[in-house]
Amino acid sequence: MAPAIELVGVDKRFGAVHANRNIDLVVEAGSIHGIVGENGAGKSTLMSILYGFYEADAGEIRIDGASRRIRSSRDAIAAGIGMVHQHFMLVEPLSVLDNVMLGAEGGALLAQGAAATRARLAELGRAYGLAIDPDATVGDLPVGLQQRVEILKALVRGARILILDEPTAVLTPAEADQLFEMLRALRAEGKTVILITHKLREIMAVTDRVSVMRRGEMVAHFDTARTSAQELASAMVGRPVLLKVDKTPAAPGEIALAAEGLVARDRSGVARVDHVSLSLRVGEIVGVAGVSGNGQSELLLALAGIAHPQEGRITLGGRDVTRLSPAALRKLGLAHVPEDRHHMGLVLPFEENESALLGYQDDPAYGSGPLLDRDAVRADARVKIRAYDVQPPDCLLKTANFSGGNQQKIVLAREMERDPNVLIVGQPTRGVDIGAIEFIHKRLIAMRDAGAAILLVSVELDEIMALSDRILVMCGGRITGERRAADTNAQELGLLMAGVTEKAA
Amino acid sequence: MTETIDNAVFVLASALRLAVPLLLACLAGLWSERSGVVDIGLEGKMLGAAFAAGAAAAVTGNAWVGLAAGVAASVALGLVHGYASIDQRGNQIVSGTAINMIAVGLTALLGAAWFGQGGRTPPLEGAARFQPIALPGADAAAAIPVLGPIYRSLISGQDALTWLALAAAPLTAFVLYRTRFGLRLRAVGENPAAVDTAGISVRALRYAGVVICGALCGVAGAYLSVAQAAGFLPQMTAGKGFIALAALVFAKWRPGAALATCFLFGLLDAAAIRLQGVELPLVGQVPVQAIQALPYLLTVVLLAGFIGRAIPPRASGVPYVKER
Ligand SMILES: Nc1ncnc2c1ncn2[C@@H]1O[C@H](COP(=O)(O)OP(=O)(O)OP(=O)(O)O)[C@@H](O)[C@H]1O
Ligand SMILES: [Mg+2]
Repeated sequence: MAPAIELVGVDKRFGAVHANRNIDLVVEAGSIHGIVGENGAGKSTLMSILYGFYEADAGEIRIDGASRRIRSSRDAIAAGIGMVHQHFMLVEPLSVLDNVMLGAEGGALLAQGAAATRARLAELGRAYGLAIDPDATVGDLPVGLQQRVEILKALVRGARILILDEPTAVLTPAEADQLFEMLRALRAEGKTVILITHKLREIMAVTDRVSVMRRGEMVAHFDTARTSAQELASAMVGRPVLLKVDKTPAAPGEIALAAEGLVARDRSGVARVDHVSLSLRVGEIVGVAGVSGNGQSELLLALAGIAHPQEGRITLGGRDVTRLSPAALRKLGLAHVPEDRHHMGLVLPFEENESALLGYQDDPAYGSGPLLDRDAVRADARVKIRAYDVQPPDCLLKTANFSGGNQQKIVLAREMERDPNVLIVGQPTRGVDIGAIEFIHKRLIAMRDAGAAILLVSVELDEIMALSDRILVMCGGRITGERRAADTNAQELGLLMAGVTEKAA
Repeated sequence: MTETIDNAVFVLASALRLAVPLLLACLAGLWSERSGVVDIGLEGKMLGAAFAAGAAAAVTGNAWVGLAAGVAASVALGLVHGYASIDQRGNQIVSGTAINMIAVGLTALLGAAWFGQGGRTPPLEGAARFQPIALPGADAAAAIPVLGPIYRSLISGQDALTWLALAAAPLTAFVLYRTRFGLRLRAVGENPAAVDTAGISVRALRYAGVVICGALCGVAGAYLSVAQAAGFLPQMTAGKGFIALAALVFAKWRPGAALATCFLFGLLDAAAIRLQGVELPLVGQVPVQAIQALPYLLTVVLLAGFIGRAIPPRASGVPYVKER
């Protein structure tokens, strides 16, 4: 049987950036094909070319053995390709039904296709465990369900080839497992799946073959059964990578940051953070584990001074800072890496060096009085780019033009390189490649050893267990358990995360 | 009793007259902004259309030819804005402002050159102007209390363009919310990338929005010079395009609310005219300017707290750029 997809000599430049260099790729029909590669390696670009979002500068695309010209997504959809983009392509104020129908309305009047689409959604929901309320507003849905809408969009259009660009970056482990079940079901029906992910565990678990990209080139192809995570990691980064974190036991000192009885309610009055007390000591990393949406985000916002809690007290180095602004907290040595880089961490239209400065613009190192010292700002940005291996290493490029993982590095470099006393990090490695994860993890441990107090919120249980000295589990806005990292395991934490109470666990 | 009713009907009728051009321009802006193209050139397009309509109607003696000319002129200006915003990805505020300035200059220049009447077009009479359409039995019904005067002076006696404007609001709502085209247009104003990846041309949709906007502005302009007045006067739009923009924000970019808002603004305007020179107890003589400023004040005040946040279509004003 002809391969589902063959790419021959695909080449693409964005201005000075050579995103794809002469790429060849074969994806067998009825297989799950993984693509891995560092941030900025060109994975999303390649898939977007296949989906007709970008047009390649050169190269050929063959679908089911026949050469096809794909000039727009319309051509790709007609060829049976569907794609779930890394950053979703949804119209947030519209309903699920409207989003699914967009482009596949089934008639000039919406009423003509609505009933059929509803029926199809219900059918797909049953067949693949993708149930969803068609009348819900997409913007109100949690990301996991938004992704479901994207998958349904592709399936309703009858996609035979489904591309998923880092789908698990926004999913909890349980949701990810459910997704993989669905992918296996699709494969069993003869459909073809391309899966991009940074998590080698997932590659090993579901793919049949895997291709590795580095710096715009396709560098290796493997049969999953005949390779290992270690080998893939080395091929990706171009050097051996440590997949485990090395660290010595912590030597916690006095309390750096403490919260007592924090309550944060949302607009409808529901307590998203419900009487949370915690303390963070100098020289330790405290991990906050939990299924996303259980109050971790709100806790981060409260501690960082972005959304003040309605009740409770926060002290920093013994001083009451409950109502201080983020700027004031920063001056007292508290740094914050927000969970969502697009919404809070960066100004996408700014140049990299400007984004790398945000929040610290008053620092005398960057100029005196009202004036910024451009040269100092850029020099500082270049140092951080080198230290964190941001690609491409150009501090004058717009922030929006960096790949997701590299944007994350820009934020991390900004907050971590100032050696804060207290560091609050949300999802530090979301969308970041393994080479960078290794680096970020090492850096966090080094900061701890140098006496920083670190609060780590992550939905990656592996990350929490690898880095933390103490682990707090949040569920339904409360802290439902506390464990020393050395004395616990994934099963126990999983139970606590699911809301099984302390005693029962 | 009859006098108050007559008075009320009179004010309502004049409110309707004042609301018609606002409504058309407001719906025009709605189509453009819902597609993602911000248009502060409503004023200029209306003015250009008013002139073209007045001139064509005067020359041909046919109001409908005037309307066609007005629409054509306005659509042409709209396409200039569309080209600058959609293809050239220029700044839409700058482009809209340029349209406004071009319209003021060009109408004055051409008016003086062609007709030599200080920028006016020749006065229109008979078939050269849209005439009131008397509905059957209007005079006979006048004797019926309350409903009679309303039927005679408010419902009967409106011209074709007024009916067109009143039909445009529900029609806009229908197309926007019930049709494939409307869904796509709403989507492209929120997230053009979603439309693009659904296999639909962002460019074609935005041009469609801009052309519909141009056409409605054209009707608004023609109404001013060929229905409401009997000919074009320099600067006769007098800021209506901007009030229409305020109404659009006030109506949160929704057609039904646009209808209500424009009628409210028309009512304020009618009241302003009515209150000219009238002494009110306590207040004394109300300055006309104060009432004329009311639509703007109302928009600002109500938006500031009472009717909640007016969130514009998210992608409006932002050119669609994939490759940076
Ligand atoms: N629309 C664009 N305009 C300009 N440059 C771009 C654009 N999209 C991507 N790039 C650049 O092309 C390169 C490849 O980016 P791409 O998004 O394909 O990487 P990726 O492998 O998907 O990375 P990640 O794992 O971080 O998502 C990067 O250097 C990026 O900055
Ligand atoms: Mg990517």
